Amino acid sequence: MSSYNNTARLTEARRVAIFGGTHGNEMSGVTLVNLWMKNSDEIQRKGVEAKPFITNPKAVEKCTRYVDTDLNRAFTPENLSAPGGDELPYEVQRAQEINRVFGPKGSPDAYDVIFDLHNTTSNMGCTLILESSKDHFNLQMMNYIKKAIAPASCLVLLNEHPLLKYSTSRSVAKHPVGLEVGPQPQGVLRSNIFEAMRVILKHALDFIELFNEGMEFPSCTVEVFRVSERIDYPRDANGNIIAMVHPNLQDCDWEPLNPGDPMFQTFDGKTIHYQGSGTVYPTFINEAAYYEKQQAFVTTRRETLVASAIRKA
Amino acid sequence: MEQVSFPPLSSVVICGGTHGNEMTGVYLVREMQKQKVDKVGSVSINAVMSNPRAVEACTRYTETDLNRCFTDALLSSPITDSTPYEVRRAQELNAQLGPKGSNKAVDMLIDLHNTTSNMGLCLIFDSIDYVTLHIFKYLQSKIPSVPVRSLLLEKPPSEAYSLDSVGKHSFSIEVGPQPNGVVRADIFNIVKEAVDHTIGFLQEFNRGGTFEGGEVEAFTVVKSVDYPRDPMTGEITAAIHPQLQDNDFKLLKRGDPMFLSFTGETVKYEGEELYPLFVNECAYYEKKIAFHLAQKLTHKFPSIRVKKD
Repeated sequence: MSSYNNTARLTEARRVAIFGGTHGNEMSGVTLVNLWMKNSDEIQRKGVEAKPFITNPKAVEKCTRYVDTDLNRAFTPENLSAPGGDELPYEVQRAQEINRVFGPKGSPDAYDVIFDLHNTTSNMGCTLILESSKDHFNLQMMNYIKKAIAPASCLVLLNEHPLLKYSTSRSVAKHPVGLEVGPQPQGVLRSNIFEAMRVILKHALDFIELFNEGMEFPSCTVEVFRVSERIDYPRDANGNIIAMVHPNLQDCDWEPLNPGDPMFQTFDGKTIHYQGSGTVYPTFINEAAYYEKQQAFVTTRRETLVASAIRKA
Repeated sequence: MEQVSFPPLSSVVICGGTHGNEMTGVYLVREMQKQKVDKVGSVSINAVMSNPRAVEACTRYTETDLNRCFTDALLSSPITDSTPYEVRRAQELNAQLGPKGSNKAVDMLIDLHNTTSNMGLCLIFDSIDYVTLHIFKYLQSKIPSVPVRSLLLEKPPSEAYSLDSVGKHSFSIEVGPQPNGVVRADIFNIVKEAVDHTIGFLQEFNRGGTFEGGEVEAFTVVKSVDYPRDPMTGEITAAIHPQLQDNDFKLLKRGDPMFLSFTGETVKYEGEELYPLFVNECAYYEKKIAFHLAQKLTHKFPSIRVKKD
């Protein structure tokens, strides 16, 4: 079709999993997956085997993020091959089980696509999380979803940072896709957030069906926000936080943060300003689960990626 | 109404972390302890972290909800090895700040809470108390930036179950919306302002100022509504309808949407006109409450002044 880009021929994406409850208190995914496990009509597509799955049932039962350790950080090579059986932390055992069923990670037998459903307390709206800038299948899917829900917005966060990227549940698949929708408190189910996630998945599955039927998707560009830096809260010598996200930055995910802009406010009322060298786009601003991970927000930089034309092989 | 006089209000306790994941109170108490705030004019101030174990774990409670442990029955129950931590802690707090109902109890106890519901700034009272009604009216006039409302629980002292029932004149400050585990600067600033104004009120009161009587509107819970649930599993089958979500204190009328089921049906409200509050509060899922319904009543109160010896 296009004169200088070859169309990439990719294997069809037949085996698709939808993960909910990777964090047991992120309610949209828990609710959607439970719904679809009872009645999967909504997620059926021709040529697609879509499997809904609760990844962390104990955490879901307790309505907590995790029991022993964060499942969404647990899929490291060390963990996946660790001996020890029941002695291992619960989430490491779960990671090994998930890797057996949906992987093995990195092998030709792994699931084609895994959608991992998450919520955030940050005002991120609908966000798709991409783990590789070279995953043309995912880039095309994300382009399709963005166009399908326009004028509503769905942004793409790319986390390819060598130090800040992490081993997610979805990373077991050939094409891992994170869905992050907020703001929603942990343990709470908001109707608008639930329905927004549902709509994104609908379009994602439509894309896979069209692709499997042989549709060619021409080369396109996709705007992404590439993770750049993790910014922690200011802390005292004992590690206690001494300031909060500034009111001017709170809820301003994806908006430009310029050097000199207010960033934190101390408990006694002083402003701390952003001292970076250029404009960045912060996100995951004031996510509840990240206080313990030393992260008040991440900075990102805007980038345009080119996706090759793709077609089923 | 004839003016009422009260002895000076000179001991105030600010409590935070009664629920360990309601972060405004946790950080405000920590900051007050760090600044070693202990006296402002005629008012001595003590900042207390109510449930340190729950704060450490950033969870509402460890074994049982501390803010339900202050009934007379629980405060006098014998302590055994199997007594939950929070029941023990309630008795400790009662000894330190009370005893509830006695003359030794602190003059005022302000308990700081957050809610995931869109309730703005809400003062919660166990019963009609002219001092705290005056503080409510005072805060309404001093804080124009958020709605300031009040909820009256109308519990007789023996049944009053919350921490604030320990003080002689007490109330909770409930502010939302804020997720559990998160501290928002805008909410922190409002709560700090409310605490500072309250202390200002007490100083003026102790100095001999007269506060003119008047009337205020307060909400009183009439009933609670649970989520629609699957009769077999007990799992919820609907979410708060988008038209009710975030509309705490907005009159709910017959025919208004209440829930939107996961299969797309709207469940409508069929009862009498009432005001919803605590709409979609995280901690109430386990208490089987989607929201409370309240009526709005007007309360008249007299002018008050400090008792001159």
